[in-house]
Amino acid sequence: MPIKVLMPALSPTMTEGKLAKWVVKEGDTVESGDVMAEIETDKATMEVEAVDEGTIGKILVAEGTDGVAVNAVIALLLEDGEDASALDGADTSSGGGEPAPNPEAEAEAPKEDAKAEPEAPASPSPAAAPAPAAKSDGERIFASPLAKRIAQQEGLDLAQLSGSGPHGRIVQRDVEDALASGTGKAKPASKDAPAGAPKASEAAAAVPPAGIDAGMLSMLPEYDSVPNTGMRKTIAKRLTASARDIPHFNVSADIEIDQLMKLRAELNGREGADYKISVNDFVIKAVALALKRKPDCNAAYTDDAILKFKRADISMAVAVDGGLITPIIKDAGAKGLATISAEAKELAAKARDGKLQPNEFQGGTFSISNLGMFGVKTFNSIINSPQGGILSVGAGEQRPAVKDGKLAVATIMSLTLAVDHRCIDGAAAAGFMKELRTILEDPLQLML
Amino acid sequence: MADTNYDVIIIGGGPGGYVAAIRAAQLGFKTCVVEKQHMGGICLNWGCIPTKALLRSAEVYHNMQHADAYGLSADNITFSMKAVVERSRGISKRLSGGVEHLMKKNKVTIVDGTGKLNGPGKVDVTGKDGKAVGTLTAPNIIVATGARPRALPGIEPDKKLIWTYFEAMVPEKTPKSLLVIGSGAIGIEFASFYNTMGVDVTVVEVMKQVMPVEDEEISKFARKQMEKQGLKIMTEAKVTGVKKGSDNVTVSIEDAKGKTQEITVDRVISAVGVQGNIEDIGLETTKVKTDRGCIVADGYGRTDEPGVFAIGDVAGPPMLAHKAEHEGVICIEKIKGLDGVHPMDKARIPGCTYCNPQVASVGLTEAKAKEKGLDVRVGRFSFVGNGKAIALGEDQGMVKTIFDKKTGQLLGAHMVGAEVTELIQGFVVAMNLETTEEDLMQTVFPHPTLSEMMHESVLDAYDRVIHM
Repeated sequence: MPIKVLMPALSPTMTEGKLAKWVVKEGDTVESGDVMAEIETDKATMEVEAVDEGTIGKILVAEGTDGVAVNAVIALLLEDGEDASALDGADTSSGGGEPAPNPEAEAEAPKEDAKAEPEAPASPSPAAAPAPAAKSDGERIFASPLAKRIAQQEGLDLAQLSGSGPHGRIVQRDVEDALASGTGKAKPASKDAPAGAPKASEAAAAVPPAGIDAGMLSMLPEYDSVPNTGMRKTIAKRLTASARDIPHFNVSADIEIDQLMKLRAELNGREGADYKISVNDFVIKAVALALKRKPDCNAAYTDDAILKFKRADISMAVAVDGGLITPIIKDAGAKGLATISAEAKELAAKARDGKLQPNEFQGGTFSISNLGMFGVKTFNSIINSPQGGILSVGAGEQRPAVKDGKLAVATIMSLTLAVDHRCIDGAAAAGFMKELRTILEDPLQLML
Repeated sequence: MADTNYDVIIIGGGPGGYVAAIRAAQLGFKTCVVEKQHMGGICLNWGCIPTKALLRSAEVYHNMQHADAYGLSADNITFSMKAVVERSRGISKRLSGGVEHLMKKNKVTIVDGTGKLNGPGKVDVTGKDGKAVGTLTAPNIIVATGARPRALPGIEPDKKLIWTYFEAMVPEKTPKSLLVIGSGAIGIEFASFYNTMGVDVTVVEVMKQVMPVEDEEISKFARKQMEKQGLKIMTEAKVTGVKKGSDNVTVSIEDAKGKTQEITVDRVISAVGVQGNIEDIGLETTKVKTDRGCIVADGYGRTDEPGVFAIGDVAGPPMLAHKAEHEGVICIEKIKGLDGVHPMDKARIPGCTYCNPQVASVGLTEAKAKEKGLDVRVGRFSFVGNGKAIALGEDQGMVKTIFDKKTGQLLGAHMVGAEVTELIQGFVVAMNLETTEEDLMQTVFPHPTLSEMMHESVLDAYDRVIHM
C-alpha cells in the first residue's frame, strides 16, 4: 500500500494552508528527513519533510493550491518494491481515520483539478471538509449549506468572514464576495476553473474592492490592485480588532542613553567579540527586566481574569516583504545581551525568509517596535493582542538637554508605551516606564 | 386635505404601494398613499385575483363535466357568464375593501386622486373631476404607478372587438371564438379560461414556445396538455393585420414559414405584455431616468433623484405583484436605515401561471443554466408516479429540478400540473436558505402529497429516485 503524505498542521489552530511548492517530483526517491514541499500559512512558510522513505508515486495536490485542509492527502509515496500500479485505487481519504466518503457524493464530487487529483476525496464528505464547523473559540458559525460547500471547495475559512444574511448568517454572496475581493484564496489559472466559477468571476468584475464606496473608487486615479496575502489579511483582522476593542493609552518618556552607548561601544569593542550588540538588544533586555520588576505590566486581559505572566517573552516587530511579523525572544530577562543579539538576528533573518516556525512567532507577552533606524522620533503602536503592552522605540539622537540647570548635549531616545487599559492602569504604566528609564540610563544593571 | 406633510408619500395603491405603506407605517413613518382608482391596483382589481376567480369557475365547471371520472354524475351542466363574472368582481371588491381597512388600521392616509411629482419632495394631486386637490410634501416619495397593457401598432385594443385584460375580465357575453395574441401568463390564462368555458380559442405566439420565459420542456408539456383540451396554438407566428367586422374580426397570421392565413373570430385579446406607467406623473420635474418604458432604480428602489424611489412594475421587470410587494418593503426599510437590508435577488422570484395545467417555476431554466456555462444535474419526476396525483385524477404533470453539478446549488425548479403553483414555494424557501441537494434529500416530505414529487425530482437529479 502506498504511504499517504498528509498536509501537516503547522500550528494547533491551523485548519488549512497553501501548498506553496513541491521540492520533489513524481518518481523522485526520498529518505526520511528529506524536504518534499513547502507549506505556507497566513503567518509562515514551513518545509514538509519526508517521514518515510520511498519513491514519490503521485502528487495529488498541485503546487500553488490554496486552502489545503490539514490531514488531506497531498501525495502518495511508494514503498520499496511497489510500482506505480499500486497507486490504482489507492486510498486517498484524509488521514483522520474517518470513513470513506459515501459513494454518492464521491461519484459527483466536483474536482478542483481533475488532472492533479483524480482520486481526490469528495468534497462533500465530512472527512475532507476543511471548512470549520466552529470558530476557534468553539462558537458555531452560521452559514448556509451552499455557502459552506462553496467555502469548502474554494478553501475559504468561514471563520474569517462576516455574514450578511439574517442574524449574521454567512450566505453565498458573502463567500463569493470574499473570493472576488481576494479575501478568499487566489484563483489558480486552472483550465477548468471558469466553468465552475463564473459567478465568482462575475462578482469580481462587478464588485468594487470591499471597503471603498464604488462612487469614491471611480473618482480615484488609476491603481494597481494587489491581492491581499494571508499575512495582510491577518494583520488587517488582528490590528482592526485591537484598535477597536482595546482601550489604548500611551505613556512617553525621553531616555538619556549616553551611558548605554558607551557601554555598547565597550562591549562591541572587546577583543574577540563575536557579537555586535544593538541598541535594540539593550532595549529588549531592559524591557524584560523592567517587566520582571513591574509584573503588573506583563499582563493580558481576558473577560474572566487578568493573566500576569511569570516570564517576559518579548515579541519584536520585524518588517518583512508585504507585512510584518513578531518573532519572540523567550525569557529575555534571563538571557545575556550577546545571546539576545544573536537570537534577534537569527529570528529577523528567518522572518524575512518566511521560515519562522509557529512557535517562534506565536505567544509572547509584550512587544517592542523599533523604527529608530528610520530617524523616527516618536510614534504610537497598536497593541499586539492579547498582549497588554507594546513599546515604540524612536531614534537615539543628540538633543539639547538641561543638566544641573545648564544646557548640554545628550543622546536621547524617546520611548512610547501603549497599554491595554483594561489590565494596566496609568500608574502601573508610568511605574514601568520609570523602571525602564532607570535601567536604560544605568545600563550596568543589565549585567547583574 | 387636512394634512399635507408626510414622511413617505406613495403614488399608487397597488400591491407594491400598499404593502410599502403598511411597512412604512410599521416603522413609524407618517405615510400617505395617493390612488387614482381603487386600492389594490391592477393585481387585485384587474389582474391576479379576479382571473383566479374566473379560472376557479372554469375548473369547477371542467370537473363537473368530468364528474363520471370520479363516480359521480351531473346532468345539464351549464353556466352563466354573467354570474361567473359577478363572482369575480365581488371577490375583487371584497379584497379592495380589505386593503382600505388595512390602511385605516395602520393609520395610512389614502388620498383619492392622481398624484404627479412636482419636483423632488412634492406631489400634486388632481381629483377624479380633474380639479386640483392640493400639494403634498414628503422627503421620501415612492413611485408605484404600475403598468398597463402594451399595444401592437395596427392592433390597438378598441375595448369592443379587440380586448385587453380589462375587457376580457368582464365579458358581457361569451364569444364563440377567440384569438389570443401572446402566450405569456396573461394570454395563456385567458386562453385557458375561455377554452374551458367552451370557446374556440386560438393562441398566437411570436416566440418558439408558449410561456416563453418558462423552461422549454415544461412549456412543451403544458402545450401538449392544452392542445388535448382543444386549444389551438401557433408559435413562431405573428399577427400581421386585423380587419374589423361589425361583430367579428378577421386576423391575418403569418406562420413560421412565412405563410399567411386568415382566421375570423368573434373577439381578439391582445396580451402582448405590459409597459410601465411613466407618463404624466411629473418625472420630468426630477432627475429620475427612464429606460425602455420603466424608471431606472437600483436594488433599493433609489432613482437618480434623491428622495424619489420607484418600485414594482414601473421599476422594471419581472412585472409581478410579489416582486412589487417585496421591493416596497426593501425600499422602505432602506429609507429607514434598518440593518441587513439587501436588494432583492431577482433570480429567486418565483413565477406562477394558472392555466390548465398550472405552471410554476423559480430560478434558471435548463437552457439558461447551460447558457451561463454551468455544469448541471437535472432531475425529473412525473405525476404518474405520485399516489396523491393519481387519487386526485390529476396524473399529468412534471417536476423538474436543476442543480449546479459542482456546488449542489439548486439553480432552478420548474413544474407543470395540478396545484404546482402552491408547491413551488417549497423550492423558493430552499433556494433562499441556500440549501444544497443534500439538505433537500434529507428533508422529509409528507405522504401522500403532491410535494413528494419535489423530493423525488431532487433524488432523480442524483440518480436516487425511488418511485420511477
